[in-house]
Amino acid sequence: MRLERRDVVPREALVLAPLTAVAVTLAVCALLVAWAGAPVGRTYALLFEGAFGSRFALTETLTRATPLMFTGMATAVAFRARFFNIGAEGQLYLGALAAVAVGGLHDGSGFDLPVPLHFALMILAGMAAGGALVLGPALLKIRLGVDEVVTTLLLNFIVLLLVSLMLDGPMKDPGAMGWPQSVGLKPELEFTRLIDKSRVHSGLLVAIGLAALTWAVQRFTIWGFEWRSVGTSPSAARFIGIPVNSVVLRAALISGAFAGLAGVSEVAGRAGYLTLDMSPGYGYAGIVIAMLAALNPLGVVLASIFIAGMLVGADGMTREVPVPSYIADVIVAVALISMLVATMLTRYRIRRG
Amino acid sequence: MTMGEPALRLTGISKRFGALLANDDISLELGRGEVLALLGENGAGKSTLVSILFGDYRPDAGSVEAFGRRLEPGDPAAALAAGIGMVHQHFTLADNLDVLDNVLIGTEPWWRPMSRRTAARSRLLELAARFGLQVDPSARVGDLSIGEKQRVEILKALYREARILILDEPTAVLAPQESIQLFATLRSFVEAGLSIIFISHKLGEVLSVSDRIAVLRQGRLEAVLPTHQADAPTLSMLMVGRSIERPVRPAPMQPAAGQAAIPALSVDRVDVREGARQLLRSASLSVNPGEIVAIAGIAGNGQQALADLVCGLRSPDAGTVRVEGKALGADPIEWIRAGVGRIPEDRQHLGVIAAASIAENAVAEHYREPPYARGGWRIDRAAIDQAATRIVADYDVRCRDIGQATSQLSGGNIQKLLLGRVLSRHPRLIIADQPTWGLDVGAIAWIHARLMSAAAQGAAVLLISEELDEIFALADRIAVISHGQLSGALPVSHWTIQSLGLAMTGSLKHQQAASDAT
Repeated sequence: MRLERRDVVPREALVLAPLTAVAVTLAVCALLVAWAGAPVGRTYALLFEGAFGSRFALTETLTRATPLMFTGMATAVAFRARFFNIGAEGQLYLGALAAVAVGGLHDGSGFDLPVPLHFALMILAGMAAGGALVLGPALLKIRLGVDEVVTTLLLNFIVLLLVSLMLDGPMKDPGAMGWPQSVGLKPELEFTRLIDKSRVHSGLLVAIGLAALTWAVQRFTIWGFEWRSVGTSPSAARFIGIPVNSVVLRAALISGAFAGLAGVSEVAGRAGYLTLDMSPGYGYAGIVIAMLAALNPLGVVLASIFIAGMLVGADGMTREVPVPSYIADVIVAVALISMLVATMLTRYRIRRG
Repeated sequence: MTMGEPALRLTGISKRFGALLANDDISLELGRGEVLALLGENGAGKSTLVSILFGDYRPDAGSVEAFGRRLEPGDPAAALAAGIGMVHQHFTLADNLDVLDNVLIGTEPWWRPMSRRTAARSRLLELAARFGLQVDPSARVGDLSIGEKQRVEILKALYREARILILDEPTAVLAPQESIQLFATLRSFVEAGLSIIFISHKLGEVLSVSDRIAVLRQGRLEAVLPTHQADAPTLSMLMVGRSIERPVRPAPMQPAAGQAAIPALSVDRVDVREGARQLLRSASLSVNPGEIVAIAGIAGNGQQALADLVCGLRSPDAGTVRVEGKALGADPIEWIRAGVGRIPEDRQHLGVIAAASIAENAVAEHYREPPYARGGWRIDRAAIDQAATRIVADYDVRCRDIGQATSQLSGGNIQKLLLGRVLSRHPRLIIADQPTWGLDVGAIAWIHARLMSAAAQGAAVLLISEELDEIFALADRIAVISHGQLSGALPVSHWTIQSLGLAMTGSLKHQQAASDAT
């Protein structure tokens, strides 16, 4: 058996690939569910009901999907220019920290600025913090060829320690009974609720809007062409006069800014303050989402909702049937592998001999 | 010459890649002690056929027998065990290992704790002495010249007791004199009882080295004939299937009298170093409007550094490079803005963005300028498509539509697209680095004609080529590059194939003198 490149990628294959991948994922995971001794049909029904089956389920899924959209986009934008930013998690936390630094109730009151200006400063600070964190790895890669996977990944741990330092020190909430928790954000800086009696906040609209904007930039502007060229054929890109280094730097900074925005959105939209367990690995999940979406910004939106749905749905399901909620992680992982194989098969066909 | 079973028998071999029928029902025999030449244009199916022989590919139909025994298809190990040795066109050597390790690799059982290097070394030296293939077993392969690497490849096959040797375009990387040496070696193999398949697209070599000639065209076996019955015109006709008109150089434009012409390109005492290696030393060259200056040389003698220099990819460590009197740096955009048309050697990886569409690649050097980018940021697809449609039509790029990914084009069509992208801007300086490498005869003639007419219209052309025929067909002046040194560019009438070959191997003489002395 060997793989042979297809001359033409059939259009229907592009639609069929993700559907097949999902079907394969459910089939494979059904074996695990059966192994755990639970009825497969009922387990899946509970999973989907818990994710999308009620108003509450749906709003919870959308709330969970919001930070994933930001980190997924952060990853997709960087990967497209072949800058492998694995540090969205750290950039998220640094963005959140910056948001609290600018907008927090320090000493009970915080900075006294007009609300619109203060709000804009908070957002910008979060994006700048995320971008600044990628700047080092990006320059190291461009100037010295240092592998950005290593540098961005290791910075995640440094940032977590920094956040821990701040939460036990200058930004500690005196009213938190000793818990490592930051001061709260000024209430007037918090994002508005989109839906009554739910946690869905306007960060969701920002995420979707940014996805659409990124998509349009990639499709209709010369930036998109530069991104794609640098990402697929860096030496040819240089040959035709694309400033490869500044394209990579630009993509890296935008990526960091998106991830920083994820942190702002979590603090200002959901929690209202910063803790060390604010993100259950949203930065890393962003990598999975970007790959599932084949680096397409609009695909990121859908993949984020799918993954958030699995995570939220599994929480509900595990209360009814004897299947641990870890099944959600397995589903996500299998979905990623299936999707990668399916995407490959749209471009190659299997031939015997 | 044959006795008993033939060394190799191919029966009804067919192989299809997508829409392309690479081998169509080929049946062929290789006699024992015979040199069979496999002749055909690029893309005729020669490489596919030997890849099937060697087990790299599995045929869709047909079978291979070696010394009367059927070979398991798609299994190189079986081919090796049956005594088939292959010298690939692109060497399969590990540059970071020494010669002995490269020869030994894969020949020793994995469970033996120590490799028997002493015995292996003496066996290798014995083989080398017997066939006159001098190499130093402890030299690092990365430090060897291309000719030496080829000897290592051949020794590797002999060490594995190959009785059938397949050489894929072995002379493509050799100077004329080195080729003659190789042919003598091949003769000594035949005397030692080996059978040889010799793949080439050069008629002269095939006629001088083979016993029989098999001609492939478009995947089919066109003819098999004894060499003494063949001549160049017949073979050429069989190979191409039609007669190709060689373009004739039109008279170049004379610069107006009294007007001191500024050279379009002038390279002045340029050094290029990479680590400890000196890629170019004090190289000087100038190309005037309307003339074609060719750089002849064996691959790997500094052509890459020179090409990088005059494509704006690399800056010199000393000296200057000027275009129309203006010094340019190592930034491709400066060269594009200066109106330099650049056709790189690596057309697939440097010339085009493989994943981008044909239309995007057709205007790729100018994507950020109007009319392709409006306001400097918004892509105007209609303008790009319009320009691309014209280039595709004018330069005969065969494609389904211009929205197709460029990676789907054949090498020849990618080259036409590149030529179209460059020549449609009427550049005053054209850098053509191996412009016809790997193309078929028709495409070669077409590209030659385009370069000639550009020169006739006043463009300066710098041609870097390893094909002497091409150089003699196109050039006004020829400079030779050898070990990073560039000779003066002398008028073509000054040179003969022999003198050019000698100049190309300039320092090879020293090596030979050294090895004769020992």
